[in-house]
Amino acid sequence: MRVWLITTVLLKPLHFVQNRIDAWVMARVRRQSGPITVARGRVYILPTRFGYAFALMLLAMLLGAMNYSNSMAFLLTFLLAGLGLVCMHHTHANLVNIQLRAGSCAPVFAGDIAHFEVRIDNPSAHPRYALALSWPKAEKQAITADVPARGSITLVLSLPTQHRGWLPAGVFSVSTEYPLGLFHAWTWAELDMRCLVFPRPAPGGIVPPATVGTNGLASGERSGQDEFAGLRSYRRGDAPRSIHWKSFPKLTHPVVKQFAETLEQELWLDWVALPWLDTEARLSQLTRWVLDAEAAQRSYGLRLPGRVIAPGRGDAHRIECLRALALYEDAQP
Amino acid sequence: MNEYLPLATLLRLLAVLTLTLAPHVGHLPPWVSALIAGLIVWRGLTAYRQWRMPGTMVKIALALLAFVGVLVHFDGRLGGQNAGTTLLCVMTALKLLEFKGRRDVMVLIFLMYFMLLTHFLFSQEMWTVAYLFVCVLAVTAVLIECQHRGALSPRITLRKGGIMVLQALPLMVLLFVLFPRIPGPLWGLPEDSAAARSGLPDQMAPGDISRLIESDEVAFRVEFHGPVPPPSARYWRGPVFDHFDGRAWRDSVPTFASGLSSRLELLGEPVSYAIMLESQRGRWLFALDMPAARSLPDDAFIGREGQLLARKPVTERRRYELTSYMQYRLAPELDEHARKRYLRLPPDFNPRTRTLAATLRTHYTDDEALVTAVLRMFHEQPFVYTLRPPPLGRHSVDEFLFDTRRGFCEHYAGAFSFLMRAAGIPARVVTGYQGGQHNVFGDYYVVRQSDAHAWAEVWIENRGWVRVDPTAAVSPQRIEQSIEAALDAAEGLPGHLAARTRLRFYLEARWEWLNGRWNALVLSYGPELQQRFLERLGLDDLRDTILALTVLGTSILAFMGVLTLRQFAPEPVRDAALREWQRLTRRLARAGLPQRPGEGPRDYAARVAAVHPEWAQAIHHITQLYVRMRYLDDPDPAGQNALVDAVRAFKPRSARRRSWIRS
Repeated sequence: MRVWLITTVLLKPLHFVQNRIDAWVMARVRRQSGPITVARGRVYILPTRFGYAFALMLLAMLLGAMNYSNSMAFLLTFLLAGLGLVCMHHTHANLVNIQLRAGSCAPVFAGDIAHFEVRIDNPSAHPRYALALSWPKAEKQAITADVPARGSITLVLSLPTQHRGWLPAGVFSVSTEYPLGLFHAWTWAELDMRCLVFPRPAPGGIVPPATVGTNGLASGERSGQDEFAGLRSYRRGDAPRSIHWKSFPKLTHPVVKQFAETLEQELWLDWVALPWLDTEARLSQLTRWVLDAEAAQRSYGLRLPGRVIAPGRGDAHRIECLRALALYEDAQP
Repeated sequence: MNEYLPLATLLRLLAVLTLTLAPHVGHLPPWVSALIAGLIVWRGLTAYRQWRMPGTMVKIALALLAFVGVLVHFDGRLGGQNAGTTLLCVMTALKLLEFKGRRDVMVLIFLMYFMLLTHFLFSQEMWTVAYLFVCVLAVTAVLIECQHRGALSPRITLRKGGIMVLQALPLMVLLFVLFPRIPGPLWGLPEDSAAARSGLPDQMAPGDISRLIESDEVAFRVEFHGPVPPPSARYWRGPVFDHFDGRAWRDSVPTFASGLSSRLELLGEPVSYAIMLESQRGRWLFALDMPAARSLPDDAFIGREGQLLARKPVTERRRYELTSYMQYRLAPELDEHARKRYLRLPPDFNPRTRTLAATLRTHYTDDEALVTAVLRMFHEQPFVYTLRPPPLGRHSVDEFLFDTRRGFCEHYAGAFSFLMRAAGIPARVVTGYQGGQHNVFGDYYVVRQSDAHAWAEVWIENRGWVRVDPTAAVSPQRIEQSIEAALDAAEGLPGHLAARTRLRFYLEARWEWLNGRWNALVLSYGPELQQRFLERLGLDDLRDTILALTVLGTSILAFMGVLTLRQFAPEPVRDAALREWQRLTRRLARAGLPQRPGEGPRDYAARVAAVHPEWAQAIHHITQLYVRMRYLDDPDPAGQNALVDAVRAFKPRSARRRSWIRS
């Protein structure tokens, strides 16, 4: 370990120093819930490789001017030197005083890509050009945009997900090289953003057991909200409300309106129905069943150890189930 | 930022490239100009029509061909300034062939900045400053655009670039004045550097001086501190030639080998003056005949034949002060060895002139009488002073004296010296400048290359070397007025010598004066002038200078930084009620309850009150006041004051801290 460290220091001293500084700064980035105003002291700035090349070019020009004792060449060299120095302020200022806010983040399934929205506000009367948003150390994949004066823009950070549960966005960086590309100014921020990651749906194949619900066979009382499925002959015990009165005079015996809900059993997606799988696989399978049931427009309930979600249907219900699956045995609320 | 270039950006880049390359057309070989123009047009069309970029082999082949072409054109000498510039231009244009990513764009733009420098090797006139700023602004604007994904309007980039260039100006001036200068050159100048473009030739053959007349370049400017000698006395001595090879007059030994060994007696009243010498070829410093040794600059000495020389080549403009004596005796005694040297003539040339000299000798035993007789011959016989003399053959002096009789000053000076030597009088040819034009604005005299002149010196017993100007015998106007007065206008004078109107004369004098100031203050600002200037400021040591440079530079830069930051500062909130509300939300945000985007004041207040019931009353009170103030048509100072008081009294952080202490 020590040998490796010494080798790194010797071979890539700048790289090493940079990494140490980055680690030091990163450890001090605080997660903030509210809008983060990028303060002057929070903007770091270093020359880019083009900045170094520019400096080298200026040196060559200075030597040329000295050799030829050429006043105009001196003027040009010094003007460009001044331009480079002034550029440092402009690059730095391009980032100062912007405000960062967390936007929404739609839940995704594990393995998909989470999209964190970050809103950048520009409270100044001067537009900001070419701001880049990226994860640290991944500036190459940054997305860039301009923020108009007194305006705002929403950018999206994407992060591949692997595990279910809450995925915190973590530290990201806002950077800029505008206007001349000679300097790279950046700031690190951590907004209180997290993405809910549902378990990865199992591939399917296992059919949910036809568990009988607590309510047993359906009664006509639910008919109001369910779909009409057909007519059948009256049996003793059917509620008078479910009799199809319109057809009563034409037929010899009464018929009863039949609704889809009442035809089928309620589906109970139960943790205990999959004893041969481990926790994650069970959650995946349950997720698959939730999605399938929703697709088949069936009413379903979810039974997890310590949590029971009554049968139901619709987006809100589905999300409640998936959320329960995602956060199963998860410490976070 | 962006890895490909939008079409609009590319076209602008090509336009700016054309702008930076354009002034070079004058000194580039025509085929190179054509190649560069072709490459630029081709690159534009490629982007426009979406042609394919050439393959690697094509690129390498083209680059090699261009390189070999330049090599052949300059006979394999690439060290020179012209060859170097040509190569740089070609390589910059060839960069367009492999021009995809951001790196290539940046390299090209840096090359464009560098290209600007090469212009100043050719010209440093005043207008080049305007060119410098226009080009730097244009290149910077393109550089800005290339940092942006997608094209940016030139209005934006030029504005941004303009602001930055303006902010860089004070730094430029500061660095120009204070950055420590060292005497150049660092590694030697190429042979064809602009510093050595014009000036008196190293030898004098017929036609050498008249070629200089075509140039209106300034050789030097003179300021007299006191009475000004008349034009006929203003002979500025330059190279002196003591050896005639049948065609040209030249130096028999290297000029710079030795100093003046013979005696020089200075007589009469001194004339003191300052000379502002333009950079020129060789080591000549010019002086009125004859300068006093004690008044010479430190690095100058008087050469063997009375010329004023610098110890190192004069590659920069320089200013020096001198005192001269118009009356003098130079070398009253001439030793036998020197006498022989000044009488030597090539044996097989100009037989008719030799005969003439022998005839004259028999008539005049006295040297001075013989000189006068020859001058009378020039004056009385039909000799013509002309810029366009007919060409001469092998016996050039014979043909000139007996056949053509038309010549410029070098013909007269050369023929006269030949005749004197043939008659046994030691003689030599002196070249330099004669006269000079007065500038009314600056009260100084301008001596141009077109004032170049050649005359003769003969050695007379007891008097030493005596100046004899045969041109004065032929055309007195040349000496007493100026060259344009002496030449016939029908000869097709160079433009700068043609007759001019009063207004034009006035404007030219004004322009010349401006140029003189420019040269004196900016272009000649080198180690010497800097030292003198800084001493006047009280910065007489390098450490002080560097300290001043650092302090002032940092202050200016910090000032620019503050200006820039202010541009990007949040706009102050004009609405007084909103300002109070924002004060409240900031405090609540610090306490962990920021207002969400899109959340109205009432909803926000309700949410805060739900979390912190102990603040509910204050929050609702403030919200009520704020909403009333915000949406009230008429201003209500009392309500505003109530809002200010309420916000001031509300201290969520201290409340939290108290609760923390209690727990």
